[in-house]
Amino acid sequence: MSQNVSLNAPHKFVISAHNLTKKYGDFTAVDDISFDVPAGESFGLLGPNGAGKSTTMRMIGGVSQRTSGTLTIMGLDPEQNGPQVRAHLGVVPQQDNLDEELRVRDNLIVYGRYFGLPMSYLNPKADELLAFAQLTEKAKSKVDDLSGGMKRRLTIARSLVNDPTILLLDEPTTGLDPQARHILWDRLFRLKEAGTTLILTTHYMDEAEQLCDRLVVVDKGRIMAEGSPAALIRQYSTREVLELRFGSARNTTVAAELQGIGERTETLPDRVLIYAHDGEAAMDSVSQRGLHPITSLIRRSSLEDVFLRLTGRSLID
Amino acid sequence: MSTVSRTTTTELTADGRPLGALYSGNIRAVISRGLLATKSTNWLVMVSGFFEPVLYLLSMGIGLGALVGSVAGPDGRPLSYAAYIAPALLATSAMNGAVYDSTWNVFFKMNFAKLYQGMLYTSLGPLDVALGEIFLALLRGLLYATGFTAVMALMGLITSPWGLLMIPASVFIAFGFASFGMGITSFMKTFQQMDWINFVMLPMFLFSATFYPLTVYPEPIQWVIQVMPLWHGVELLRELSVGVFSLATLGHIGYYLVMVMLGPVLTTGRLRRLFLR
Repeated sequence: MSQNVSLNAPHKFVISAHNLTKKYGDFTAVDDISFDVPAGESFGLLGPNGAGKSTTMRMIGGVSQRTSGTLTIMGLDPEQNGPQVRAHLGVVPQQDNLDEELRVRDNLIVYGRYFGLPMSYLNPKADELLAFAQLTEKAKSKVDDLSGGMKRRLTIARSLVNDPTILLLDEPTTGLDPQARHILWDRLFRLKEAGTTLILTTHYMDEAEQLCDRLVVVDKGRIMAEGSPAALIRQYSTREVLELRFGSARNTTVAAELQGIGERTETLPDRVLIYAHDGEAAMDSVSQRGLHPITSLIRRSSLEDVFLRLTGRSLID
Repeated sequence: MSTVSRTTTTELTADGRPLGALYSGNIRAVISRGLLATKSTNWLVMVSGFFEPVLYLLSMGIGLGALVGSVAGPDGRPLSYAAYIAPALLATSAMNGAVYDSTWNVFFKMNFAKLYQGMLYTSLGPLDVALGEIFLALLRGLLYATGFTAVMALMGLITSPWGLLMIPASVFIAFGFASFGMGITSFMKTFQQMDWINFVMLPMFLFSATFYPLTVYPEPIQWVIQVMPLWHGVELLRELSVGVFSLATLGHIGYYLVMVMLGPVLTTGRLRRLFLR
């Protein structure tokens, strides 16, 4: 669906980045990347820390100036029309930057005032957002007294105060416990259903698989691959992966003896991965060669494998 | 404006406002945020800022004043030592407050509290934030100046109704410093560099004819002092306190007029450097 839209109606792109580059002195944080995001899509930037994801987000918000390339958000350049563009953006930065000098509900109200929204709109909106973030009881609390998960939810609630067309989420669930993550994912799903365009950076492949219609894999400021999670896995990995552990001392030596099983093998410090369309059959071949791993596991390929294939490194170092 | 109603448009047209990249015309939101934050957390800091010049006035004016006796005022007539230094302390406090708010305070909110980071992801532009913060600094300066002038009046140190004009004049002085301060902060990257600001401010406070007349210095040093901004503020308030004016008064006012005109130009030119790195 989204592919059709992007082919036939280029003016429907809410974000168009072409040859976007950002340099800090000699260091190139974002290196000539291009992508288009149609309205309503959930688009991800997947990559390790330092890949240039946050810098890209900052340029989209118009709070960081690009070195070269073109960028339009809903048809406008965020550098030239920052305030006007940001009126339609919601931003969840990587680190919560809630206003610690204000109470929970005031954080929402005051943030709305920054958008020039009237109190008659903000009062009911703040209550609605507190309910959405499950923070109604905390309305009068100090920000400092909230847990990490609550702060994150408040930051997300705050980003929605202007009913944004585009929501930028920079590592939205980093540092949260699994339960808090699932609550957040649920909330993001609802926004997606309501038609909000989501731009998401993450280094969690499960998050990307859950939330993204389409994503780009970025490493060292460059785009390595682009597609839907399923398509990327199809293109760059096999259906299944056999994970074998022989003990950290033996993994490398054993890897040589595994040659020829499956499509290819990948040796990591703690395990050997065999990429195969049929994991069971690959396991049988391993046993036939008289090799007995300490543990073995057959799983489906994930974006982690795509990243490993593309860069030779794991996502989380 | 159009931000309230949820629209399904995915295409915007530039509204072509002047300074559209930096300014959204919503200084009020920054100011009301500052007032709300002050109400709930910062008011104690504000009280301490009021007492600083008062303590100087009590210790130096009364204590040291007992040894000094009277000195010659702007018109040559004798003046009690406390009455002599009080306008200078007011000018200094206007400078200190304005500089602190536009440098250290901005630096901290920028780099540590990440307050501006949040603001700048909204419709606010850097110019809204800068003007709002300057306004808050001046509002605070107005409160301090009013309080200090009241203390002077209570101590019998104001001998002319012109003295009341010290209040707006202090705000004017503060505006001159604040409008430059933010521009200067844009050049600073570390705490060590921020310390240079104190390195300039303290000698300026001590040597700008604050505690004794300029004439004690040899002429070349007098020239250096007269180039510095604080001296003009001290002299302006001192003249107002007794209601004696000369051509020099116009010079002092002119000095700050230039600061007030040039400062915002510098600061606006540096806003991208300060806020949008």
